[in-house]
Amino acid sequence: MARRVFTQTAYQDLSDFVYGRALYPITLGNGMVIGGGTVYPEINFTLPPMIITEATMPEALGHYQEIADGICRRAGDLSVPGFVAEIELLPPMTFNPDWGTAVCETVVEAIRRGGEKYGVKGAVRLTPVDIREGRDLEHMWRGSHWEKILRVFRQGAGVGAEFLAIESVGGKEVHDEAVMYCDIAKSIFALGVLGCRDMERLWAAIDGVAGETGAIASGDTACGFANTAMVLADRNYIPKVFAATVRVLASARSLVAYENGAQGPHKDCGYEGVYIKAITGTPISMEGRSSACAHLSPVGNVAACLADLWSNESVQNIKLLGGMAPIVSFEQLAYDCRLMNTASARGGETALLLRDLHADSDSGLDPQAYVLRPDVALEIAKELVKVAGHYARTKKAAGLALDHMRKAVEQGRLWLRDKELAWLERLSETVAGLPADPGELTENMLGECEKLDPKKYDM
Amino acid sequence: MVYENMVCENMVCGDTVCAFDKERGRAAMTREILVEISDNLQEGKANAVVELVLEALEAGVPPRTILDQGLLAGMGIIGGKFKANEVFVPEVLVAARAMNRGAEALKPALAAEGVRARGVAVIGTVRGDWHDIGKNLVKMMMEGKGIEMIDIGVDAPPERFLEAAREHGAAIVCCSALLTTTMGEIKPVVDLIKGSELGGKVKIMVGGAPITQGFCEQVGADCYTPDAATAADAAISLLR
Repeated sequence: MARRVFTQTAYQDLSDFVYGRALYPITLGNGMVIGGGTVYPEINFTLPPMIITEATMPEALGHYQEIADGICRRAGDLSVPGFVAEIELLPPMTFNPDWGTAVCETVVEAIRRGGEKYGVKGAVRLTPVDIREGRDLEHMWRGSHWEKILRVFRQGAGVGAEFLAIESVGGKEVHDEAVMYCDIAKSIFALGVLGCRDMERLWAAIDGVAGETGAIASGDTACGFANTAMVLADRNYIPKVFAATVRVLASARSLVAYENGAQGPHKDCGYEGVYIKAITGTPISMEGRSSACAHLSPVGNVAACLADLWSNESVQNIKLLGGMAPIVSFEQLAYDCRLMNTASARGGETALLLRDLHADSDSGLDPQAYVLRPDVALEIAKELVKVAGHYARTKKAAGLALDHMRKAVEQGRLWLRDKELAWLERLSETVAGLPADPGELTENMLGECEKLDPKKYDM
Repeated sequence: MVYENMVCENMVCGDTVCAFDKERGRAAMTREILVEISDNLQEGKANAVVELVLEALEAGVPPRTILDQGLLAGMGIIGGKFKANEVFVPEVLVAARAMNRGAEALKPALAAEGVRARGVAVIGTVRGDWHDIGKNLVKMMMEGKGIEMIDIGVDAPPERFLEAAREHGAAIVCCSALLTTTMGEIKPVVDLIKGSELGGKVKIMVGGAPITQGFCEQVGADCYTPDAATAADAAISLLR
């Protein structure tokens, strides 16, 4: 597919920008339309504590089958209109593509049987682990790590996965240090230079697999970057204003997937998806209060404002009083979606009221929630998309996020502790002082990033 | 203050001062420079810390005093502020970086006096797990307590933990795991070390998002802590 260029947002009017509806919905063969007016649950699950080996793979597959069967049964019981099951493969299942394929096939088959038995509609999103890390990595875009990821995609699509997604890690080796030191220049370099450079190659390849197999190239979350920052901020390790800034600048990086063929739905833990929806008009998956089973967050309600799929992020297959955890989690998502869809059925005004209640209930208390507000996201996205070039756009995103937070504090719409305010100023000064030329930043950074091997990025 | 209330009976005149006054002046200067080391360290001013450490040595301040009352005292204050939620990790890390630079400058003098680090600890993320940040935070916090840290990186097999502990004479081995599917890799590390000649001599600490006290006991490790700051405190207790 030819590279797309986004120079203006798909949405102009805030009243069109709401959960459940996307300008470019995705229609599946089973009749589900994502972004077509209905919010569907996206259920994600993982194994209980166990080591994955060839010997334990039958046990692992048994877990996946039990989970998928249970979800289909509960979807039938609750008259859920459709759902997406995301399979986030574990590292051994990506290093051994046949194992990952077997997991995918198990879930696809369970959903097919569930359709026959309970009349439910489901689809599978396949997310291999981005294994391009570690001592053995030869290169980001060639060698066995790269080949295995693409093989998982190809084989997974071959056994019926509808959506292909990833949490790519280009630049993460630099960002891990940036986030610990709250070094915004390094963060911008990691996401806006290294991350974007990697995303171009990776998503062109994923789009190629989608073209060959008929699957849909969906999206790529900056989880290892922005969610790492969010979790550290939640523990008071780093300032929330830093995490909020990283969230917004991650949108410039995640957009590269859409420039290179992705069609959505954007992946759940990529909260920057609100910016992706504003710019591309494609549907997004989001996660909030019902993903507390996987991680805590300050954005439990505001995350629902624009969701087209509503996810739980991940939950282990362990027994709770109500049942197995994935089924419990699925039920929570189903009720959240039912409420949102009921509000939509009453008319646009009611949907907008619910959207705004979701936004208002979180956004004054935490800057990370504030930058996810639909009005803020749309306003920032409109400015952001005018800027050409990945680095320039990423730098602009950081500046816009910091400006919006500062104004919100001044206007009393956002409360920040004093030590957060000090960081807001410190970060703003650093961003303002960054060079305009990405080459100059790269030159400065190469000597500072001990763990970066530029040759792996052809630099 | 006792010094201020005492009258010097040996006072002569002019620019000559008595031995007592010399001693008093030296003590005041020592206090001043140690406070300066501590203050600059807390602000993460690594170059200033190095200069002050060298100045203190030049002035005859004992290396152990510089370490304990300058560098470690500064880290203690910034660590306390972190625990009290007054500063963030980056502030602690830049202080720790300054402390490392200062400690490096002090090292030859400490070695000459036979002063050793509080202890050596090996740290790594277990096999199959590439999570780096939590491990690095623990490492920095422990360094800030004066512990010499040997970082064996991520995706580390059990043998590497044992080899590093042997090579560096470690008293503690710290294992990090962030996934439910990699936490099981901690037990082989524990078994290997406990089954070696280091069994009973080296303490094993475990941590990471899915790890609990119950898991720690189940795999036979010695200590679990829920975060980096408490890990550093626990390590000091284990070294006593």
